[in-house]
Amino acid sequence: MGITVEGANKSFGDFQALKDVSIEVPDGSLTALLGPSGSGKSTLLRAIAGLETLDTGRVVIDGDDVSTQPTQKREVGFVFQHYAAFKHMTVYENVGFGLKIRKMSKDKISARVHELLDLVQLHGLADRYPSQLSGGQRQRMALARALAVEPQVLLLDEPFGALDAKVRKDLRTWLRNLHEEMNVTTIFVTHDQEEAMDVAGQLVVMNEGRVEQTGSADELYEQPANEFVMSFVGEVNMLGEHYVRPHDIEVVLDPDERTEEGMVQRIVALGFEIRVEFVLADGTEVWAQLTRSELQRLELREGQIAYLKPVQAKSFSGSPAPNHPGASTLRGSHGGGEAERSAAV
Amino acid sequence: MSRATGSRWGLRVLGLGYVFLLLLLPLAFIFYKTFEDGIAPPFEAITSPDGLHALKLTLITVAIAVPLNTVFGVICALLLVRHRGRGAAIVDSIINLPFAMSPVVIGLSLFLLYGTHGWLEPGLAEAGIKVLFSLPGIVLACVFVSLPFVVRETVPVLQEIGTEQEQAAETLGANAWQTFWRVTLPAIRWGVGYGVILTTARVLGEFGAVSVVSGNISGTTQTLPLFVAKQYENFNLPGAFGAAVLLALLALLAVLVMNLMKRKEVA
Repeated sequence: MGITVEGANKSFGDFQALKDVSIEVPDGSLTALLGPSGSGKSTLLRAIAGLETLDTGRVVIDGDDVSTQPTQKREVGFVFQHYAAFKHMTVYENVGFGLKIRKMSKDKISARVHELLDLVQLHGLADRYPSQLSGGQRQRMALARALAVEPQVLLLDEPFGALDAKVRKDLRTWLRNLHEEMNVTTIFVTHDQEEAMDVAGQLVVMNEGRVEQTGSADELYEQPANEFVMSFVGEVNMLGEHYVRPHDIEVVLDPDERTEEGMVQRIVALGFEIRVEFVLADGTEVWAQLTRSELQRLELREGQIAYLKPVQAKSFSGSPAPNHPGASTLRGSHGGGEAERSAAV
Repeated sequence: MSRATGSRWGLRVLGLGYVFLLLLLPLAFIFYKTFEDGIAPPFEAITSPDGLHALKLTLITVAIAVPLNTVFGVICALLLVRHRGRGAAIVDSIINLPFAMSPVVIGLSLFLLYGTHGWLEPGLAEAGIKVLFSLPGIVLACVFVSLPFVVRETVPVLQEIGTEQEQAAETLGANAWQTFWRVTLPAIRWGVGYGVILTTARVLGEFGAVSVVSGNISGTTQTLPLFVAKQYENFNLPGAFGAAVLLALLALLAVLVMNLMKRKEVA
């Protein structure tokens, strides 16, 4: 079921959480609302669920304008960051809650609940209370509870935000597989761009209550519409007027007309990937992403002088206002370093 | 012994000593005094017609006042926490008034309102309702003095559980009524339960306000605490102690019931 939001505005007192937001979520897609805290992404999700009432604007689910419908009638499954588990109910009762409300027979509830507990890999834990589950298990229970009533759309509000890194990664993969299996239109909110890119087919980048750009992970990364998207989706350095990705900086030991001189401040090894932090002559701090073999070849030391060559840079000329792309791409020469990097990766 | 353990022991002795001297010792002494000459004297005093009537009146008062304040308290707490509108802060502090006021003053204010020349007296008299010196007056006084307990115990629990569980219930199709009964109330039941116990204990023991509005007529409008005082004034010490112990046992029973419910829940 496709979801459309048109011209959504919402204020909380003086704070305008949504400013004329319109989005289009195709039927069966998995879409991420990505943005920093306070960008309005959660408010937008809650407005789709009917947990917030829009000041102006429309929410359309599967062709029906549901703007004035209460949450109960919208048939949305909602998963909260902090699980919102019914603490006084067992896992079984939690998952069966919506079915009980719908006055389904006990046999049918039992069959459906066990089916879902299998799906979320919680079989055998039906009689536990939420307090006896781990965070990841609780969130899977919450997901089963939301799916039990066969919602038209599934809405997840920072579903993995309260979990530790390892569990997050596992659940991410698991959610992607689940979506492929169930094919229910899903929107999930996150502030973690890596998570959004990993899970979602379509990303909606939000900032200060506005939609900055919508597109696939590749589109956002390769053709960011403005400075905000460029710097929020992926890492970025400022070199004068230009935005450069850390992996688009080539480090060389001999200067030429396109290089900038910098001093190695810090070398941080993050496994295979090495983060080398430079300070330029004008005080600008820049970091380059190298591979372990590149670092070994260059034999960089902290305090050493080296030369930075941007392989690819972007500048957003003209007015810096968002929604005005006007981006021009500067392409540096693809020297031997680039080829070597590809070989190394 | 290190200095830390030393001061910890000091604190323990101080705290427990305080509780023992001021709470347990007097209570134990009353039990001791009551049964000094066997079980017969206190038993006789309680089973006297006046004693039984006082017990009955007290239990009826509890049976009316406690449910009233429970329902009101939960609704009020919901309004204060979930639908916080203008004036909520004022309502919040007004609810505390019964804590701050002396029960005698509360009794007197009821007397002024419902008494012979009170504001509401003409209308009520016409309708044939007698408030003072009868059950309604006693219940009113008890409702007044015990009004804050359920509200005060429920508000923090409501704040703590937040609104997410209720919103989750909504997205699963539950209407407001279903959400309240199936999600909110079970989540706050220990707060409410604790408030109910405190309310019950307070209504059982209320003396000041009731003594003003009830007229303290033996066998008619005398509640158990008033009966205790009357026996004491009449130098019927076994009777006074017996009734006092009965009161204490009722309160203990209330606390015990709650503990049992809680244990069953955890098991």
